[in-house]
Amino acid sequence: MNAKRKDFVATVMINLIVAAVVGILVFLLTYILVAGLPHVSWTFLTGTTDAFSGAGGIGVQLFNSFYLLVLTMLISIPISLGAGIYLAEYAKDNWRTSLIRSAIEVLSSLPSVVVGLFGFLLFVVKFKIGFSVISGAIALTFFNLPLLTRNIEESLSAVSSSQREAGLSLGLSKWKTEIGIILPVALPGIVTGVVLSAGRVFGEAAALIYTAGQSAPVTNFADWNPMNADSPLNPLRPAETLAVHIWKINTEGLATNAAALSAAASAVLIIAVLLFNLSARLLGNYLYRRVTASK
Amino acid sequence: MLKQYSFEKTAVQTFDDSVSLALKTDNLQVFYGANHAMHDANLEFPKNQITALIGASGSGKSTYLRSLNRMNDGIATVTGKIWYHGVDINEPDVNIYEIRRHIGMVFQRPNPFAKSIRENIVYALKANGIKGKDELASRVEKSLKGAALWDEVKDNLEKSALSLSGGQQQRLCIARSIAMEPDVLLLDEPCSALDPISTVKVEETLLELQKKYSIIIVTHNMQQASRVSSQCAFFHLGHVMEYTPTATMFSNPQIPVTQDYIAGSFG
Amino acid sequence: MEQTNFQLKKQDAQSNEWSARLHHATRATREDWMGRGISYLCIGVIILVVASMLWFITSKGLATFTQNHVNVWQFLTGTNWSPDTGHIGAAPMIVGSFAVTFAAAIVATPFAVGTAIFMTEISPNKGRKLLQPVIELLVGIPSVVYGFIGLAVVVPFMRHLVGGSGFGIISATFVLFVMVLPTITSMTVDSLRAVPRHYKEASLALGATRWQTVSRVILRSATPGILTAIIFGMARAFGEALAVQMVIGNAAVMPKNLISAASTLTSQLTSGIGDTIDGTLPNNALWSLALILLLMSLFFNALVRVIAKRGQLKHER
Repeated sequence: MNAKRKDFVATVMINLIVAAVVGILVFLLTYILVAGLPHVSWTFLTGTTDAFSGAGGIGVQLFNSFYLLVLTMLISIPISLGAGIYLAEYAKDNWRTSLIRSAIEVLSSLPSVVVGLFGFLLFVVKFKIGFSVISGAIALTFFNLPLLTRNIEESLSAVSSSQREAGLSLGLSKWKTEIGIILPVALPGIVTGVVLSAGRVFGEAAALIYTAGQSAPVTNFADWNPMNADSPLNPLRPAETLAVHIWKINTEGLATNAAALSAAASAVLIIAVLLFNLSARLLGNYLYRRVTASK
Repeated sequence: MLKQYSFEKTAVQTFDDSVSLALKTDNLQVFYGANHAMHDANLEFPKNQITALIGASGSGKSTYLRSLNRMNDGIATVTGKIWYHGVDINEPDVNIYEIRRHIGMVFQRPNPFAKSIRENIVYALKANGIKGKDELASRVEKSLKGAALWDEVKDNLEKSALSLSGGQQQRLCIARSIAMEPDVLLLDEPCSALDPISTVKVEETLLELQKKYSIIIVTHNMQQASRVSSQCAFFHLGHVMEYTPTATMFSNPQIPVTQDYIAGSFG
Repeated sequence: MEQTNFQLKKQDAQSNEWSARLHHATRATREDWMGRGISYLCIGVIILVVASMLWFITSKGLATFTQNHVNVWQFLTGTNWSPDTGHIGAAPMIVGSFAVTFAAAIVATPFAVGTAIFMTEISPNKGRKLLQPVIELLVGIPSVVYGFIGLAVVVPFMRHLVGGSGFGIISATFVLFVMVLPTITSMTVDSLRAVPRHYKEASLALGATRWQTVSRVILRSATPGILTAIIFGMARAFGEALAVQMVIGNAAVMPKNLISAASTLTSQLTSGIGDTIDGTLPNNALWSLALILLLMSLFFNALVRVIAKRGQLKHER
């Protein structure tokens, strides 16, 4: 009787806990969307920010977020692909490999603010590049590399070794086998991981405050030559992202409607991240069906 | 309890000059770390014949086979000599990719690439610099005909290879190997994952293929060995015990361990 | 020797031709060299990044002690943080960081373990369809958004509830609790799933109730995994910067209670590093805070390894 009663109480408690956890998420999303969406308009999405108060639209920040994301991915995908192939294919089971794995683990567990500070030290202080798109993209790359590498290695290793044997037995080089045979099969997992990491990168702020900077100079969206100072593509200009913008108006902003502004910006950020998560899933499933030829 | 047999008493045939050989191993030994998996294998494989390697599981026959085209590189240590066209291909400075082009391999489980049927065959050809639409198309047709698969797939070459049945997949793997136009074809229990009808098809294919290729096949199925092979080598616990013409092996085994194995006492 | 005629044939011209063919480098050989080069280079880049990160932050962080000759002990235990006047006692931030980390872990663990038990033992189906996405979404929400909600909801709520400014350790704990919850939950789920099925079946077959089975068999054998999950959660809480900085009040004083403005290592770094000049004491002192963060992150890492090793030994026995 006593044991049964305890069982009942425990089950009720656990159900309450689960309800609370679901409730927290529902509250978070509802709050942001309800508080934020009414303030989201086309002018807000494309307008410029008042440099002094932080009020106004988020057009430049939104562009910066995507630009930084694209640059970060352009740098980090090839590196983590190579590193992932190294770990999945070339690394022998010895102390050197376990040292390398530990190093990657250390990098992935470093707080992003530390990564950002390192970027600040290296690019802003030592190389004197200043707060810039490129400093931010490299800092985000540092932050992104370990997770992406691990994801790629796991996806490659999950491919049956019989596929490797098939490639090698035909006289294909290890590299060709990995790139031409294994990679296409591992692609669904890799793409899912890449898109999920894109969501993380998109929302990251701590690594950017002191690398990409906290100002979003108005750029001339008619000038797409990266060499020009006013061009949105110029990699040496400072680039406050949407996530940094939210932090900035909440801590240093002087805008009278700061709460509404950041709710609106948060709503946009959340929707973007949700879209990344959703598309990661859909794209992964779609590619998986294509690769395995199941319908 | 497994009976103990002397590893001293073996019956291994050799061939005289009149027989041209496709492959020959001298004192081939394989080690997985400290585990001595293959002892002193001295075997000669005649050209354009099918040689079967039989024995219980764990007898080392697959290990031996995988050493022949250096698929054990990085997995096991292989010592001894493997003669191929007068070259010892077990030497470290030999180009292993070139060897594998000449000595193809088909595995236990069908392992087609997750690509179309055509792409399965042309992928490695293209990687080896064979270009030209006509050349590739004729290789596809020739190899699929050689593997007795052409009639079943000729209208669906762009279909995914993974949509084929197991037996078709295995014949595709054979086609993929012979498209490289190798000399020697190594098959590692190619029918163990197939149903009886597919098995018959693969066996017929092999009998046809021996006109052009020298074939070495590992099998744990003695009926299969007697149906397809001309020579037969019996492996036991990492030793080659007996190597004779297949007819001799099954009608008149030379030593006790083979006699017991053929009679079904173990294995 | 029995190497007869076949061996002799090796000498003839045809064999020489074959020897040349089988020894000469082909496209595949070159590809392999290239592939090796590329992948070694990539892993080298990562190693270089990690090594230089450790090196730069360590050397910057030590400058306070080597160049400005601050006593390490005074740095760690001093309670007066006003670098402009030369006082750099980091204890307020250290205490703040540990306080929010432990508090968040203590609050989050029952929620995480409860949710994980629900997902694995009570309703795996709902767990997969409903809770898995919930956990993934909680992970996906960016930390500035957590900070913003903390600022907009938790801080005013605390202000109404207990008075004062509403900024402080308790608000930071609330925010971090939600942030570490998905981390601890999903890792706990993994470790509960790893418990062999027959443990559970044996216990149920002996007439134990579900809760007895969960609490005495499953949780016990998953303990190392759950501890690892909690440590990962703590590592995340310890390193979180912006969300905490937005709600803790950022006063570099020893926290007297849970509802007065305090600060953590990360919050102090975030607010301060832009205002100091490279090479000066106030700047070096901040890098020393970063060094503590780095060392703690390494410590959490090592702790996870130790637990993993212990857990393995236990299973082998």
